[in-house]
Amino acid sequence: MSQATVSGVGGEERNDFTAAESRQIRERSTRLLGSLLRPERTRLLIGLVVVVISTAAQVAGPALIAFGIDSGLPALLSNDWMPLGLAGVAYLLTGVVGAVLMAWFTVLTARISQAVLLDLRKRVFVQTQKLSLEFHETYTSGRIISRQTSDLDAIRELLDSGINQLVQGLLSMLFIGIALFSLDWASGVILVVALVPLVILTRWFQLRSQTLFRLTRTTSAKLIVKFVETMTGIRAVKAFRTEKSNNAEFEGLVEGYRSANARVIRLFGIFDPGLVLIGNVTVAVVLLVGAFRVIDGHVAIGVLLAAVLYTRRFFDPMEEMAMFYNSYQSAAAALEKISGVLEEKPSVPDPTSPIDLWSSKGELTFDDVEFSYQNGRVVLPSFTLHIPAGQTIALVGSTGAGKSTLAKLMSRFYDPTQGILTLDGIDLRQLHPKDLRRAIVMVTQEAYLFSGTVADNIAIGKPGASRDEIVAAAKAVGADAFIEGLPNGYETDVNKRGGRVSAGQRQLISFARAFLADPAVLILDEATASLDIPSERLVQDALQTLLSDRTAVIIAHRLSTVAIADRVLVMEQGRIIEDGTPADLIAGTGRFSQLHASWRESLV
Amino acid sequence: MPAQNQQTTIRTLARLYTYAKPAMPRIYGAMVVSLTASVVSLIIPQILQVLIDGPLSAGDSAEIWPVVLAVLGLGVLEAVLIALRRVLVLTPGTHVEARMRNSLFDHLQDLPVEFHDRWPSGQLLSRAVSDLNLIRRWLSFGIVILVVNVVTIVIGFAILISLNWVLGLIFVVASVPLLAYSYVFEGKYSDAARRSQDQVGDLATSVEESVHGIRVLKAFGRGSFALKKFQTQAEQLQGTEIEKAKAVANIWLWLLMIPDIAFAVCLVTGVWLASTGHSSVGELVAFFATGTVLLFPVESMGYFLAMTLDAKTATARFFDVLDSVNTIEDPVSPTSIQNPRGQLTFENVHFRYHDSPDRFSDLLNGIDLVVEPGETMALVGLTGSGKTTLTALTTRLYDVTGGSVRLDGVDIRDLSRSDLRTNIAMAFEDATLFSATVRENVVLGRPDATDAEVAEALQISQAAFVYDLPFGLDTRVGEEGLSLSGGQRQRLALARAVAARPRVLVLDDPLSALDVDTEALVEAALRQVLASTTALIVAHRPSTVALADRVALLEDGRVTAVGTHAELLAGNEHYRFVISSFDDEEPLEKHEKETTP
Repeated sequence: MSQATVSGVGGEERNDFTAAESRQIRERSTRLLGSLLRPERTRLLIGLVVVVISTAAQVAGPALIAFGIDSGLPALLSNDWMPLGLAGVAYLLTGVVGAVLMAWFTVLTARISQAVLLDLRKRVFVQTQKLSLEFHETYTSGRIISRQTSDLDAIRELLDSGINQLVQGLLSMLFIGIALFSLDWASGVILVVALVPLVILTRWFQLRSQTLFRLTRTTSAKLIVKFVETMTGIRAVKAFRTEKSNNAEFEGLVEGYRSANARVIRLFGIFDPGLVLIGNVTVAVVLLVGAFRVIDGHVAIGVLLAAVLYTRRFFDPMEEMAMFYNSYQSAAAALEKISGVLEEKPSVPDPTSPIDLWSSKGELTFDDVEFSYQNGRVVLPSFTLHIPAGQTIALVGSTGAGKSTLAKLMSRFYDPTQGILTLDGIDLRQLHPKDLRRAIVMVTQEAYLFSGTVADNIAIGKPGASRDEIVAAAKAVGADAFIEGLPNGYETDVNKRGGRVSAGQRQLISFARAFLADPAVLILDEATASLDIPSERLVQDALQTLLSDRTAVIIAHRLSTVAIADRVLVMEQGRIIEDGTPADLIAGTGRFSQLHASWRESLV
Repeated sequence: MPAQNQQTTIRTLARLYTYAKPAMPRIYGAMVVSLTASVVSLIIPQILQVLIDGPLSAGDSAEIWPVVLAVLGLGVLEAVLIALRRVLVLTPGTHVEARMRNSLFDHLQDLPVEFHDRWPSGQLLSRAVSDLNLIRRWLSFGIVILVVNVVTIVIGFAILISLNWVLGLIFVVASVPLLAYSYVFEGKYSDAARRSQDQVGDLATSVEESVHGIRVLKAFGRGSFALKKFQTQAEQLQGTEIEKAKAVANIWLWLLMIPDIAFAVCLVTGVWLASTGHSSVGELVAFFATGTVLLFPVESMGYFLAMTLDAKTATARFFDVLDSVNTIEDPVSPTSIQNPRGQLTFENVHFRYHDSPDRFSDLLNGIDLVVEPGETMALVGLTGSGKTTLTALTTRLYDVTGGSVRLDGVDIRDLSRSDLRTNIAMAFEDATLFSATVRENVVLGRPDATDAEVAEALQISQAAFVYDLPFGLDTRVGEEGLSLSGGQRQRLALARAVAARPRVLVLDDPLSALDVDTEALVEAALRQVLASTTALIVAHRPSTVALADRVALLEDGRVTAVGTHAELLAGNEHYRFVISSFDDEEPLEKHEKETTP
């Protein structure tokens, strides 16, 4: 995500785009919009026809009244019911047809907008899952979440009402204009003249409201961040008595948002009466000119009435149409950001022609593998390493030595920048993702629990697992006892007790998950850090049985794990500096024997 | 039950009065003003009648001017009145919204941790933002227009009937089904609206989980599994939204159709009446012009009704939170401790979570423990034995359900919470950092700490890494800033507790995410602080226990043993089980020598 490019999420925080960059961004959102709307083109077409007919039907009303009065009345006086009957039936028909079609149009647009939204939601969700960990480590969770929530909301608002109102409004104004010109050209001319102040007022409103609406969005975003942070960190808030200063700060943010809102509202306070004023003055002028023309005999009274009614109705949709510009602006901004996320290429892509691996032995080979970040910083200089199937390896070294990076390469969270990493002789990049994930599982220090029951959470290791399998997995890692002690045992909703499942208990659940997944290669990255000693001992006993016939790589600050390892790798500054059996290394004079000695001292 | 629904709607919305009270006079004023505007807009058509039946039929062009000027004057007046309504009501509306938002935030901060355990922050957020937005729009716009519309419709009907009672009656009779249908609509729409709001919340939760849990999903290759769940929820929401659209389309249908049918019937009848001399052309024109003015109030009834229902739902959701009783409050007349020494006493402390089933005994089942001033006490016990819960009781994050916790002999429930929490500072296992600078995060508990004190706290917690951050102590961290590793966060949280300089420090496994070398350095530095401070430290590791003067062993909800590490190691089998990494056969004497000074 360098500053120089606007592809993907690059430059998302900037607002100084060059013309070429703006065009690039606009084009990509247009492309996205096109691809979203394409599947809905039949519905869109029907919708367009429906709204044209229904608007025309609704606009016909005043003209029919004029016809009824001007032609129906004289005819009736000579006992001819035909013209009046025609006007009545036509009015009835246009009313019913217009209303039915309008109702249909409402449902139709809802279907279109909901289908588009569902498609977009799914695309962003899938893309989020596809993007590599490297992306997620730089693009914070808050941002990716707001792409999927508030940005999608902005688009929903536009689709739900904005476009609807724009199309209806434009059509209605167009048809009224046509009707007025064909009834009485003079009134039509007056209406066209009235467009001049109307356009000026609307343009002024759009320009002013654009900046103000942007202000309401930034102020509300600040308010939301403060709110969420306070609620999620409520323990720290209470423990350090920051309620008062939080209140003061929040009040400031609320006031900022309020005043931005008030300014927008004040703008409407000018725009809305302005529209009414223009409309009413136009009505008076139409009336004046029309009245003189009636006396001259150029215009019938019914036509004058229709002209006045049309003029009044002409201005009705204006306010909503002016609002359209705002919802369009925010939806466009949202679409630009979303299209950026969708444009990101996953740095760990799925293979195009995947190789299947039905059952894995668990043999891993690093062949001249090198790993560096995108900015070029080398984390792991080129190395070669062979891990035979079934071996248990302890990975040791101080913080930042590259242990976790090595683990992430093995589980294909990252891809090597150089060289090849193979499982049973197959390049991980070629392996079918499903087989890869079945063969290699990594358990990390952060044991994340999803909403749902404890059983659901363990079953993530193997969807569709039976209750017996789940309980067996929990028993194997020693999690059974505490789970049975929860209010509803395995059926306890972890969310409802979110704050009360301790870090250690979360780790046990995530261990059970891995146990249930039953992979050929198990990678544990600091997975026992929060366990108490008896639990850790239980887990280690379980591991000893579990790991007897599979490959395992264990990373731990505490060296107790070394006891069950066949082989120890000591890492420093990205290099493997020692490699041997625990006994050999302890007996030696290297880094590991020092580490081991100081660890022994720390024990009781 | 539409009638009953409507009653609860009114009752719920009436609760807004407390907050809207200061704005009420202006809301009433706005109603009067916009009612006047409506009347003005209804008068204009009557002038048309005067024009048509007067000058136009008489062919008197001189009389046109005053009539048209009257129309112009009334038109301008209407615009002015609309402007006045907005001035009157809209700014006060934003103040009502701000007031409600602040009081919600204030109340939420005051509510106990137990409340926040139950309520996901997303649910609270939607109340604080979108619900309150909606309420503001309803108060300053919806209710005013709704009331004015109703009155306008009534006056309009009266005018129509007085113009021509036959035509007027046709129009009124045709409008009755509309009102009936509004009742039906009310029930349908409000159900769907509430469901959609909840489903939006659930969907947002799924999004959050799929992002926060991305490592797990990737590690197990469960992306498609998560997608399936997400898709189901998204499709449910889609269904609800379409249901809503159908309800709206349905009421639109009637709102558009019935006036048109009435107009058609009136047109035929009216022209016939005019032909028989029972009406005039001017009357017909006035009738249709008046009817057209009434179209907006009639057609918009559905919209404002829906808005009212949304506002009701939003109000109910707002008060769901505000009605939650704070179970942990300050005492009516708080005592204070003059010269706190820092003696922390647990006296027959019982605690159980409110949702714990009856078949379980109390999680803490009669804790008796005294931590003397200046003493460092380690708390040791198995996972799930209640250690973290016990530490949370000391600052009243939860309240005991039996017995008492005392600070220097004073029941902590007799102290103000702020006083209590000044005396006792905590560091949590899950270190929370706020979106603020490193310095602001460290001085959270003591905003007036000097630079030297901050530097000292950072030194003790071995958090010197902060000086290497892009802007040193002024670097922003947290969700909106730089992301730090678990170990780094933990050290900052420890620095925060140290910088607060409390009489009593309560640390919940504060070193779990640190590597062995760093842990040793932190411990060495922490010893100086602990020499003069009372401390209660939850420990999983022998290395952490080494900081303590004495150790309390938590077992089955009680403190079953208190003593030095060496004493317990020698004499307590359960303690050996909990804390010792060595197998039983290993000689213990050797380690006793090492740890006893």
